[in-house]
Amino acid sequence: MAAPTFEVPKLKEFSEVPAVQPDVMAHIKSFPASAPIQEAIGFPGQLVDNWEQKAIEKMGDLLGKYRSFKVYLDACVHCGACTDKCHYFLGTGDPKNMPVARQDLIRNVYRRHFTFAGKYFPKLVGAKDLTRDVLDQWYNYYHQCSECRRCSVFCPYGIDTAEITMAGREILDSIGVGQKYTNEILGKVQRIGNNLGLPGPALEDTLAGLEEDIEAETGAPVRLPLNQKGAEILLVTPSADFFSEPHVESLIGYAKVFHAAGISWTLSSHASEAGNFGLFIGNYETMRNIALRIREAALELGVKRIIVGECGHAWRVAYSFWNTLVGIGAGADDPFAIQLQQQLDPRYPAPQHICEFTYDLLKRGALTIDKSANDHRVITFHDSCNVARGSRMGDMPGGQFVIPREIIKMVANHYHDMGDDTIHESTFCCGGGGGLLTDDLMEVRVKGALPRMEALNRVVNDHQVNFMAMICAICKAQFTKVMPYYGFNMSMVGGVHQLVSTAIQLGPKQ
Amino acid sequence: MPVLTIVYALLFYAATAMLVIGVGYKIYDYARTPAPLKIPTTPAPTTRSGVVWRMAREVVLFESLFKATKWTWLFGWLFHAALLLVLIRHLRYFQEPVWTIVALAQPFGLYAAFGMVIGLGGLWARRFLVDRVRYISTPSDHLMLALLLAIALSGLSMKYVSHTDIVSLKAFILGLMTFNWQPLPQDPLLMLHLFLVATLMTIFPISKLLHAPGLFFSPSRNQADNPREHRYISAWAAKLDQK
Repeated sequence: MAAPTFEVPKLKEFSEVPAVQPDVMAHIKSFPASAPIQEAIGFPGQLVDNWEQKAIEKMGDLLGKYRSFKVYLDACVHCGACTDKCHYFLGTGDPKNMPVARQDLIRNVYRRHFTFAGKYFPKLVGAKDLTRDVLDQWYNYYHQCSECRRCSVFCPYGIDTAEITMAGREILDSIGVGQKYTNEILGKVQRIGNNLGLPGPALEDTLAGLEEDIEAETGAPVRLPLNQKGAEILLVTPSADFFSEPHVESLIGYAKVFHAAGISWTLSSHASEAGNFGLFIGNYETMRNIALRIREAALELGVKRIIVGECGHAWRVAYSFWNTLVGIGAGADDPFAIQLQQQLDPRYPAPQHICEFTYDLLKRGALTIDKSANDHRVITFHDSCNVARGSRMGDMPGGQFVIPREIIKMVANHYHDMGDDTIHESTFCCGGGGGLLTDDLMEVRVKGALPRMEALNRVVNDHQVNFMAMICAICKAQFTKVMPYYGFNMSMVGGVHQLVSTAIQLGPKQ
Repeated sequence: MPVLTIVYALLFYAATAMLVIGVGYKIYDYARTPAPLKIPTTPAPTTRSGVVWRMAREVVLFESLFKATKWTWLFGWLFHAALLLVLIRHLRYFQEPVWTIVALAQPFGLYAAFGMVIGLGGLWARRFLVDRVRYISTPSDHLMLALLLAIALSGLSMKYVSHTDIVSLKAFILGLMTFNWQPLPQDPLLMLHLFLVATLMTIFPISKLLHAPGLFFSPSRNQADNPREHRYISAWAAKLDQK
């Protein structure tokens, strides 16, 4: 870890709302996408000549296509309920990181061009023309939002800043101003099949290596099949699971669970990515194109079930959007979606989260577990934002909070929750979600992690917690990188299926 | 017919038209704009009736605001509940005979006017005292509170300081409703009160007062969480399936 060029916030025993410090994060500028990156995914390579006019046209287009955008721009009364809810504001004190002020960057321009009051009385309602300065602020502050939706929990009208940020980024992309990190990945996943740009043969090698490792460690011939036609289950998991630590430990966990359950499964090289960064830039077509690869893989391989690995935003897209985007789900009455839905086994939800799958097996006693194998760990669970506030597990609201915790308690003996206002629907984002997981935003990421770090610090002090479990590839990557800034060891970070992997006993059932 | 009566009669027709047509258009506009994706803020109800219940809690209790900040909730809820009672109390000017429920609400409506003033005062104080709220406040945010407070105070003055001729007032309003104009009592306080109310009605569809219809159209609150069970798709998105 290089010495930071910024001041790392101090952890306090009781979290405080900082005083407003205007423009302290105004210097942040995520690396912009180059022309080839932009053009590869269908956006202009650089700022177009008549960008002001084009941006307003795009805004009008989005206002006609998204009720959320239109209603949310109108409904805000500046009550201030959201002002102390964003982790980026809590970590930085920059008032433009308050959700309402972040929205106002666009709302002011909306008022100027699309409302009576803003057209004729701009000063009165704070309406502003779209100047270069405003455009730069959009780029800056819409890349200091992880689209985590925490503000939407507390807004009396449910205004979701994620929707505004997505619209902001979509307008920016449409006039040639994209972010390098996200848009480069969007090119890779559409060209190759995963965000890492890992081609099929390399994936095959990796999986074979993992099979050897598992067999050497456990003696069990656990397989990680790729492109196996006729398998019962297609597993779609974030590509970080193939390479990164601690992600790969969870992948091993899934493989062990499938092995112990005796169900045939496969990965797909065509759809070797659960993540869908199309969500982050708010572009429906891009999001749909990426999801189409999973539909195509499922049809090609003839699978009966589709299960998604540990990844927060991926699960939101899968659970909430796949049925809409590409007909992965149930209850369709149109030919496009019915084609796949007739192939899928109606006894199981489609898609299904790996935690739902494992929880079901654990409840039925189908897995042999040695809880004491996790006795060296005192565990807490970090609810990932997109799972907590944008999706569900199981058959009841809030199942996304219950099921992962139940799994942990069924495979380990020592568990403690973090503070009530920092978990479940009030969970704090890791600070790296929504397309911010890039080194050029390290200051934003470190400061944005502050609320979670303070909550973690309290359970570390009170209960000697030494392991924070989670079900999101971005959270895992973010925390392993930023926790050392706060004096925590990165080995504290891991997946829920890493814990399952430790405790599960392979071989004949006892 | 006194000129002022004619002016106020026309003013109220215009304000009513603006309120009804303006808000009606906004509702139509919200309703016709598609919501292409399922984005309820979860945990969310999985059924339609569950959504109605969630929405009812938001509308009646301001549930999310309660989770967010107790002070804003207290003043905001007090103001809105008091405003409702005051509006019910005022129905007596629009009815002959007066409904029993409206008659019964009269004393409560009277106290509620003080509730309005306290609520508005608290909400306004936050705009000065809390640095975050001060930062986001625009001139129109202050003016809106000033307008509502002036309506409440001018109304209270007619009850406690200088009584107005409410019998003639009622005749004026009933006359407006039946297009059989009656003279408006020439009382400056009443004129002020009515002018401010007409102003409020006029700006409703072009201001942040749209939060009232907006809440019902908020996808994060009005959608059921059942995307795996039912395919949900908007017209423009469905066209992509045909390619």
